[in-house]
Amino acid sequence: MPADDKGRNRPDENPLGRRRFLAAGAAAGAAALAARTAQATTDNKAGPPAVPDWTKQLGPGVGDRPYGTPSPFEKNVVRRTVDWLTASKESSVSFTPIAEQMGIITPSGLHFERHHAGRAEIDPKQHRLVVHGLVEREMVFTMEDIRRFPAISVVRFIECPANGGMEWRGAQLERCQYVRGMISCSEWTGVPLRTVLRETGLKPSAKWMLAEGADAAAMTRSVPIEKVLDDAMLCYGQNGEAIRPEQGYPLRLLLPGWEGNMSVKWLRRLEFGDQPWHTREETSKYTDLMPDGKARQFTWFMEANSVVTFPSPERPFDGKGFYEMSGFAWSGLGRVKRVDVSLDGGRNWQTARLHDPVHAKALTRWTMPMRWNGEPLLVMSRAQDETGYVQPSIAELRKVRGTNSIYHNNSMLTWHVKPGGEVENVQLK
Amino acid sequence: MSSSNRAAAIAAAFVAAIASAPEIARAQEKTLPGQPGIALPVQSLGIGRPATKDEIKGWDIDVRPDGHGLPAGKGSVKDGEALYQDRCAACHGEFGEGKDRWPALIGGSGKLTDDDPKKGVGNYWPYATTLFDYIKRAMPFGNAQSLTDDEVYAITAYVLHLNDVLKQDAALDRDSILKIKLPNAANFVPDPRPDVQGTLCMKDCRPAAEIHSEARKIGVTPEDERNKKRPGVD
Repeated sequence: MPADDKGRNRPDENPLGRRRFLAAGAAAGAAALAARTAQATTDNKAGPPAVPDWTKQLGPGVGDRPYGTPSPFEKNVVRRTVDWLTASKESSVSFTPIAEQMGIITPSGLHFERHHAGRAEIDPKQHRLVVHGLVEREMVFTMEDIRRFPAISVVRFIECPANGGMEWRGAQLERCQYVRGMISCSEWTGVPLRTVLRETGLKPSAKWMLAEGADAAAMTRSVPIEKVLDDAMLCYGQNGEAIRPEQGYPLRLLLPGWEGNMSVKWLRRLEFGDQPWHTREETSKYTDLMPDGKARQFTWFMEANSVVTFPSPERPFDGKGFYEMSGFAWSGLGRVKRVDVSLDGGRNWQTARLHDPVHAKALTRWTMPMRWNGEPLLVMSRAQDETGYVQPSIAELRKVRGTNSIYHNNSMLTWHVKPGGEVENVQLK
Repeated sequence: MSSSNRAAAIAAAFVAAIASAPEIARAQEKTLPGQPGIALPVQSLGIGRPATKDEIKGWDIDVRPDGHGLPAGKGSVKDGEALYQDRCAACHGEFGEGKDRWPALIGGSGKLTDDDPKKGVGNYWPYATTLFDYIKRAMPFGNAQSLTDDEVYAITAYVLHLNDVLKQDAALDRDSILKIKLPNAANFVPDPRPDVQGTLCMKDCRPAAEIHSEARKIGVTPEDERNKKRPGVD
C-alpha cells in the first residue's frame, strides 16, 4: 500500500483498487440484489414510495431546545458503568462509548468520568486558586483573573492509566467501551501554567508542584517542575464551552499525555516544594506492582495505544461485503506515526490510513477498507508513535510485568469476528 | 543530566527569566504548545492578588514524608480505636479487613508476589505520613475534613496498630510519626518504561494464533449488554 514519508497512506489511494471494487460489486448477483430490495420495501413503512409524517407535519421551532440534545434514536450512545468494579458510585468510573465516537473529539457529555468523592458542584464566582510554597509571591486567583490571561486551545486526550486494567489476566469484558473506554479527547481551552507562574515567580529550589482539587477527596498529585514548565495548562474550556462539572468545572489542570488522575479536576491549590509529597494517589494507588514485589512509582506518561472500534463487540458486521474498518490510536509521548491492522491474530499486517488532523497527544483516527467473505477473523491494531515506540501484545506485557500491576495495560486488543458477524473480545496466547 | 538536575536548571532559567533581564527572558521564551509563533508574555501582567497567611493556612493541609505540613497534636492507639469503630469500621471493617468492595487497610498474611495480593497500609504503603495526610483531607468518606488533628493522629495510630506497626499502648505526634519506617518503603522503584514494546513485523510474524481467553466465558459484563448488538441505532 502506498505511504508517504511519515508512514501514512495517501488518502487518494483506494487499496482495493477501482477495478477490483467494481468487479466485486457485479459479482454480488442480480438475484441477491432483488431479494434485498424486496426485504427493504416490506420492512420500512416510511421509506419510498410512502411519505412519512415528518415530511408532512411541522417540526418543533427554533428555541424548542435552548441547549440541544442528541436524537432520541441515539439513546444507547451513553457513558456506562460496571457496578461490581467499585464500592460506590461516588468513587468510581464511567466509560466513554468509544466504539460509537465519530471523528477525534469526544462529545463533552460522553467524556469518561473518574471521581474519587463524587462530582463537585462549584460556584465559579466563589471558586479560588491559591498558589503558594516556593514561589516569590503567594497569590490568589479568581476565575475572572484566570480568564484574563492570554488563552490557547489544544486538542488532547485524557486517559485513565487503569484503561484496560481489567484485562491483565485475560479477556474479561464484552464491550469495547469497557476495555478501552477510559479515554476521551477534547479541545481544551485555558492558559499555559507557566504564563500564570510569571505572576507568582518561582524560587530556584522549586522542583515539584502539588496540585489539589476542591472535591471531597481533595485529590492531590505531585508534578515535576519539568512538566509544569513544559505543557501543563489551567483549563476552563472544553469543546467550545465551559468545562463540564464531571470534568472539573470551573477549573482543572491538564497534563497532556500523562495519567488522567494527575490532571486534577476542580483545581483549588498549587503548592511548590523541593520534593514530591507521596500522596495516597501516588503510593497506595497509581503504582504498578511487578512480579518481584517491587512497585513502580511515578509512572506518568501514557504509552502508545490503539483500538479497533469497527468491527467491535458492540458494532458487529452485518453480512458479507465491503466494510471500512476504523479505530483510534494515541500516544502520551507525541504524535501517532503509524497504525497497522491484522485480520489473522497478528500473523500478517497491513498499514492503515491515518486521518488528518494528527495532533500530538490526541486521539488519531485510522481506517482500513476491506471486503469480508464471512470467514472468522482475529482483528487487531498496532500503533507506533513518533518516538519509534511500537505497541506490544498482552503476552509481551505479561512476560515482564505479570498480572498484578493494574495500570498501564496498553496492549493490543483482539476482536474475534465470527461467521455470523458478531464480535467477541478474546486474548491470544 | 539527571532529571532532578535538569529540573533545577529549568527552574533556575525560568526564575531568571522572570526576575529582571528582558534579553534573558526572551532567550528562554518558548512558543505556545500547538501554536508556533505566538509568544508568551514576558512580563508579569498584574493579574491576581497576594494571598493572606490565613487564606493559605485554611487550605494548606498537605503532609509530606519529611514532616512538612505536620500539625501539632497527639493521639493514641486507644483513642483511635473508639474513633475508628465509630467513623471508619462501617466501610473498612472492624479489623481493617474492608467490607464489600470498600478498601481493606490491612494486607493480610500473603505476599506482594502472590497472584492478586492484598495491598494494605502495613505491607504496601511506603510512608505513615501519607496515611495521616489522606485521613485528614478525605476521610471519613462523605464527611471529609471533619476530624481534629488530634483525632487524625489517633486514627492514624490505630490503623498502624491494626497493621502491626504500632503497639497497643503507643501514641503519635509530630515527632513520633516521622520515626515510623514502613517495611515496604524500599520496594518502590522509578519508572523504567519503555520496558516492553512490539515490533513492526508485517508478514508471517507468528505461528497461527491460538485463543488464550474469551470474555464471553467469564460472564461479568453488565447484563443489559446482551442482545444489544447495535447501540447506535434504537
